[in-house]
Amino acid sequence: MSEFLMPSLGADMESGILVEWMVKPGERIHRGDTVAVVETVKGIIDIEIYQDGVIDELRVQPGEKVPVGTVLATLIGEGEEMAVQQEPKAPEEKAPPEKPELAPIPPPAEPTRRHGPRISPAARRRAAALHVDLEAVIGTGPDGAITVQDVEQVSAETGPAAMRRAIAAAMTRSKREIPHYYLGTTVDLSYTLTWLERQNAERPITERMVYAVPLIKAVALALGKVPDLNGFWVKDHFEMSESVHVGVAISLRQGGLVAPALHDVQSKDLDTLMQEFHDLVNRTRTGHISLSEFTKPTITFTSLGEQGVEITYPIIYPPQVAIVGFGSIIERPWSIEGHIESRRVIKATLAADHRVSDGHSGAVFLNTVNKLLQKPEAL
Amino acid sequence: MTQGEIKDIVLKELVSIAPELEGEEIDPDLDFRDQFDFDSIDFLNFAIGVHEKLEIDIPEVDYPKMSSLTGCIAYLESRLSTTAKE
Repeated sequence: MSEFLMPSLGADMESGILVEWMVKPGERIHRGDTVAVVETVKGIIDIEIYQDGVIDELRVQPGEKVPVGTVLATLIGEGEEMAVQQEPKAPEEKAPPEKPELAPIPPPAEPTRRHGPRISPAARRRAAALHVDLEAVIGTGPDGAITVQDVEQVSAETGPAAMRRAIAAAMTRSKREIPHYYLGTTVDLSYTLTWLERQNAERPITERMVYAVPLIKAVALALGKVPDLNGFWVKDHFEMSESVHVGVAISLRQGGLVAPALHDVQSKDLDTLMQEFHDLVNRTRTGHISLSEFTKPTITFTSLGEQGVEITYPIIYPPQVAIVGFGSIIERPWSIEGHIESRRVIKATLAADHRVSDGHSGAVFLNTVNKLLQKPEAL
Repeated sequence: MTQGEIKDIVLKELVSIAPELEGEEIDPDLDFRDQFDFDSIDFLNFAIGVHEKLEIDIPEVDYPKMSSLTGCIAYLESRLSTTAKE
């Protein structure tokens, strides 16, 4: 028997609301299946399971807010089923013996709450004003209809104000605990941009790439050379990560930001990364991110260039140990072998944890990023 | 297709990306980036939406012509008329 817990999506998360179960007791599940939908300050998260088995008991009901670590459900691992058939323990499973525990389960009912909830016009207006996603609201009115009070409660627990508090907690911890050092360099991005424009000119609009993608790939490849920027600071020591999962800082329309991960960036080609990046941004902004995307970033990438700033001085997101920032692309006179040319350049900055790495590592990292961006076709 | 029909399609796509614009006044000459805080993915989603509704190709080099409502309508109108002639 194993337990399925309310996961932590970071040091700043204390509790979450179970929005919906995607499984039923007795249902067979496989590693990677989405079993529940949870609402947190970071939005609606699909929670996956990490083992095969059969759902035993659902202990938390939709709408309940519970602390991180609370047992949400119990499950029976492969090979344990017989034992449990002999000693049923959950009250709702004290079924007559002729009803087999592992009877075929009818297909799960279409989750009705997530699409077209019953809602009063006043509650709908309130939700729009507070930027509350109706999919996250559990209705307490007649027939489960969503009321103004339901909307206001979700807003207080998960809305922009709650996200602000979560960001405040994480950044305060970062500035209090992490001895940051900062480095920056100017990268000639002309080759990469010209190459990208040529590629995009030949592609249909749905397959075109944005320039953030080669930047993210260059960051991931450079970490292969400087692994002490990639991983986590846990209990007074550094845990290096073999894989590179790049957290991408994505600002939200209603305010605030989140940085879910693109996984295994170092081993994916640019087209795959563009697809995943596009999908990740869209899902983040509509509030459908999976748990692993939140818990796994091994470094963060932030680009504020589109807002027109030249340089960023980013702050590390604990427990990560580094963050890379890019400013806007600007045209500048640039001297190459004695000739002055107009080139498109970008400032890359690094903030890293001095407990883990020294300036030398950071310098090698930024220099490697720069070199990789001079040969975009090799990315 | 009339200017009015093009405008309706463009407005609908804008609102699908920035739902808070529903029913709001839009300054037709102001850049989307400055007005609605559009980033490159927002713009890409917008351009893909317009491309699918109007069934025209929008080369990347023409993106700057579509940065405001007025620019969008003028550009799309001329694109549609050239495509029709071809």
